[in-house]
Amino acid sequence: MFNPLDLIPRIPLGDWIDWFIRWLLFHIGDFTRALAAILRSAIDAFNDGLMAVPPILLILIFSLIAWRMSNRSVALFSFVGLALIYNTQLWGASMETLAMVLLAASLSIIIGIPVGILSARKELVHRIVWPVLDLMQTMPAFVYLIPVVFFFRLGVVPAVMATVIFAMPPVIRLTGLGIQQVPKELVEASEAFGSTEWQKLVKVQMPLALPTIMAGVNQCIMLSLSMVVIAAMIGAGGLGGAVWRAIQRLDIGGGFESGLAVVVVAIVLDRITQRVRKSNSNG
Amino acid sequence: MAKITVENLTKIFGNHPEKALTLMDQGVSKDEILMKTGQAVGIKDVSFEIEEGETFVVMGLSGSGKSTLIRCLNRLIEPTRGKIFVGDNEVTSMNDNELRLFRRNKQAMVFQQFALFPHRNILENTAYGLEIQNADSAEKNERAQKALELVGLKGWETRYPEELSGGMQQRVGLARALAVDPEILLMDEAFSALDPLIRREMQDELLDLQQKMNKTIVFITHDLDEALKIGDRVALMKDGEVVQIDPPELILTNPADEYVAKFVEDVDLAKVLTAEGVMIHPKEVAFPKDGPRIALRKMKDKGISSLFVVNRNRQLQGYVTAEDAAKAAERGEKELTGIIQTDSPRVSPDTTLNELFEVSASASIPIAVIDEEKKLLGIIIRGAILSALSKEAV
Repeated sequence: MFNPLDLIPRIPLGDWIDWFIRWLLFHIGDFTRALAAILRSAIDAFNDGLMAVPPILLILIFSLIAWRMSNRSVALFSFVGLALIYNTQLWGASMETLAMVLLAASLSIIIGIPVGILSARKELVHRIVWPVLDLMQTMPAFVYLIPVVFFFRLGVVPAVMATVIFAMPPVIRLTGLGIQQVPKELVEASEAFGSTEWQKLVKVQMPLALPTIMAGVNQCIMLSLSMVVIAAMIGAGGLGGAVWRAIQRLDIGGGFESGLAVVVVAIVLDRITQRVRKSNSNG
Repeated sequence: MAKITVENLTKIFGNHPEKALTLMDQGVSKDEILMKTGQAVGIKDVSFEIEEGETFVVMGLSGSGKSTLIRCLNRLIEPTRGKIFVGDNEVTSMNDNELRLFRRNKQAMVFQQFALFPHRNILENTAYGLEIQNADSAEKNERAQKALELVGLKGWETRYPEELSGGMQQRVGLARALAVDPEILLMDEAFSALDPLIRREMQDELLDLQQKMNKTIVFITHDLDEALKIGDRVALMKDGEVVQIDPPELILTNPADEYVAKFVEDVDLAKVLTAEGVMIHPKEVAFPKDGPRIALRKMKDKGISSLFVVNRNRQLQGYVTAEDAAKAAERGEKELTGIIQTDSPRVSPDTTLNELFEVSASASIPIAVIDEEKKLLGIIIRGAILSALSKEAV
């Protein structure tokens, strides 16, 4: 049957994007290489730091933080869970994953919070940033892996880059939302007393938005963890690497062990950061 | 010379005020301008002068433009046209920096919903204005402390706003404004969110404070009683225009037009002549757990012969007389429960004076005013009704 849409030749959208990425690669190659080197050494520093501490000490430290931030049962769970990870010989892989999560989440927060603040204060920034966030969040996570490999080759650096892109949106969104939700009368009061823009931000808007911002940070850390695991496909290693190897060998038991380790790390990170959010909303 | 001078002030809300201004100058009405251009006229060509030390009340119904007007005075809302002077300085021509200094040093604002910062304690809230001026820390605390003492909140410094009642929160709002020692106090429906009795207390206190401080006060309200009570002069606003500016007596006796006359008449009948209008705060109440001796002492302290008894939720239980309490004390009873009488006259806040008069004729003790939940709102002593009625006759 005749379909008028067939008259339009296929638009080579994919080719264009290919071309654009190659063009970028050619022109900003030096920049990406420098960035890669910096990221590389940052990850190594995080990783070496975590591995330098004796596992039992680190397990105790995590349990103590969990106790302080949450309660005794979470502390107990952290201790048993992390000990189990050590026992199944996944300690090294877990620390690699943790190092990547910490770096990616820190970068997301360092970039995301200022962007969120700007988007809440400037309508123009909001109108540019929000559609980009929609794109970043709805695009399947795997799609990021392809261009970052182009720029940063295989390994942990592209994994961290993809993770930052994937995990940053909630930080920006919730920072923006938190600041916009500060009651208008309070902002007005702050202005009426002659606050500068900076005083208004630091003394009124940020403190009141903090619980919402911390919700974004918590989400960011959880998304980082999930992306770092997926990024094993581009050679990120860590726990994701262990899962990936198990899949290729159809090793059901090994796959579950690594999967469980991911769950333990996820729960410990979530409980610790969730608590920060609650204690702030109370105080 | 005038402290505040407002000349032909106009505020149009919308993206294309020019069109609306042209139409407005041709005498087109507010509604028609909104229909034709989509621009809303907030205030229209308002001019007045306020003297130093004057309490100037702007009174109008919601939508009359009074909140917009007060926000134009410190440019929280940017006027579309017209000039505002404070002393010799033109506020409307200030740049950002000058405006900030003006807001810091010359004026302070009190808000309808208090607008206290929930993450700061009472002292930190009060010191906010000084803090953003980077005042020396010791001086800052001392001045904030003084302002809190002035409004009777000494001892609450380390509490947080959510721990305070509405009346106390607004005292903090007032202290925060007074702490910077402004020449001009802008009060935007500052007492409107408070219970009637607390509101009256705050009005009295503001009048007291004003006697000591002699600030220039611009006070916005929708309550005519309030306007007449605290204003040296009252400006009545309607649809963004000032209809009449006069001292309270003239507003009452010599309304400029039918709108004002109607206003004055309505409010008089509806508000002043009800139980709510003449009730006073009970000097003292007793609780069922109080012993008869405590009740006796409370009565003696206040020079009264009976005491209303309320439970923890301020719900009225009844009353005790001094006579019964004395007998119970002799018998060695530990609680009031046995001698509470429940036949006290009770009325709702909207009972009219005529009805009240009948009730009070047969009552030997004050009349209790209670709400639907039986909470004790206030009491009415017989003299209050008589004096209210005699005022009405005049």
